[in-house]
Amino acid sequence: MSGEKPWIGVLALQGAFAEHESMLREMGADCREIRNKQDLTENMAGLILPGGESSVQGKLLRDTGLYDPLRRRIESGMPVLATCAGLILLAREISNDDRRGFSTLPVRVKRNAYGRQLGSFTALDDFAGEGLVAMRFIRAPYIESVLDDQVHILSRHEGKITGVQYRNQLALAFHPELGNDSRIHRRFLEMVRCAG
Amino acid sequence: MEKPNRAEEQYRLNKELAQMLKGGVIMDVTTPEQAKIAEDAGACAVMALERIPADIRAAGGVARMSDPAMIKGIQQAVSIPVMAKCRIGHIAEAQVLQAIEIDYIDESEVLSPADDVYHIDKHNFQVPFVCGAKDLGEALRRISEGAAMIRTKGEPGTGDVVQAVHHIRKINREIAALSALREDELFEAAKTYQVPLELVRYVHEHHQLPVVNFAAGGVATPADAALMMQLGAEGVFVGSGIFKSGNPAKRAAAIVQAVTNYQDPKQIARLSENLGEAMVGINADEIQLLMAERGK
Repeated sequence: MSGEKPWIGVLALQGAFAEHESMLREMGADCREIRNKQDLTENMAGLILPGGESSVQGKLLRDTGLYDPLRRRIESGMPVLATCAGLILLAREISNDDRRGFSTLPVRVKRNAYGRQLGSFTALDDFAGEGLVAMRFIRAPYIESVLDDQVHILSRHEGKITGVQYRNQLALAFHPELGNDSRIHRRFLEMVRCAG
Repeated sequence: MEKPNRAEEQYRLNKELAQMLKGGVIMDVTTPEQAKIAEDAGACAVMALERIPADIRAAGGVARMSDPAMIKGIQQAVSIPVMAKCRIGHIAEAQVLQAIEIDYIDESEVLSPADDVYHIDKHNFQVPFVCGAKDLGEALRRISEGAAMIRTKGEPGTGDVVQAVHHIRKINREIAALSALREDELFEAAKTYQVPLELVRYVHEHHQLPVVNFAAGGVATPADAALMMQLGAEGVFVGSGIFKSGNPAKRAAAIVQAVTNYQDPKQIARLSENLGEAMVGINADEIQLLMAERGK
């Protein structure tokens, strides 16, 4: 597929992937759904791991054979934006679950850290470099601790870490794809441009 | 920032939880062991109930909300969202389910209705509700009462997908017809559907429901699930189809993969192989009790 323009892959196994796609399309970025290995081509320049259920996505990643090729790409520096379940898939340690995803992000997260749906909430918190951002937390995780001093903390909610960047991986406990604020996606596209 | 009121904010978060379930399979389970099998097979949520619809149908009598202790056992067994059913119009059962912090309440025609006129005013609750619908009018009436998610009614406990197909096609057809109306015709449409004008306007403008719409009722095979997804469902409930079949774990995992790969017939073929016996099923036109006729 030479001559193809760079595009963003959105993992479309389960969850709120369509919301990321419509946000990227509104910003003029080319994006495609990733459902199996055939969807991966050389010109995929970035990857979005959407919200949903991390246990489902983690299982389907292995069932579909996407796990190894995607992990290799993440390790070789392809920019990734991970939201909510996506953060859990990237985390190296999960304090309350034995399942593991890519384990490429040196942080320890806690799943469903705010409890059940009655614990879901919104917050207006500072996000490094962007100012105040309205954030939506849905049965959300948070980051208990970072395991490498190269991990930059980008946001916190009441002291708990809710957003980090480690090299090519931008990972958030909240959902920037819900609503109209595209600043975080813009930042991610900038990472993709710089990597390209 | 201008703050929307708490109830509006909660309703939006509740609709968004349904968005996170999209592309997934919600499975009926009756024990913590079944819940674990469902979670390991890739269910995005489980519906905790004492008897699956096929057994409710067989047992007859009044079907009620499940024992809260049984639901709590399932909540402890899995990390995915746990849903549970209350009877149509049974405000107190819904309050009990909210008190044990259920993630979603299904105000369900599968149970015996507690009220033959009124559905629950779901705006009075913080936890989200999913409700069944046979057509666009029912869907919008449930949404105006505060439902944060819709599913087709289908005909539960039959293993016969025909009614779910009928319902989703009808909803799609009515959305298309509504979208084609002139703006000055929407007032009459609101009267016909017996729903607020603002909901009619939303569908007219966006060509879709304002909440997520799943398929339910009679889904028994990977191909059934793929059919419902191709017809526009955003995910699938599987009730009796899994734990009434020969190999629940294998069938559950196959249906989960079929929902993700619904556009890929080769995959559906592979997933349909050697699943063992499907639930026996009853033809939806051979049964006495039409659950889908409960609650309009």
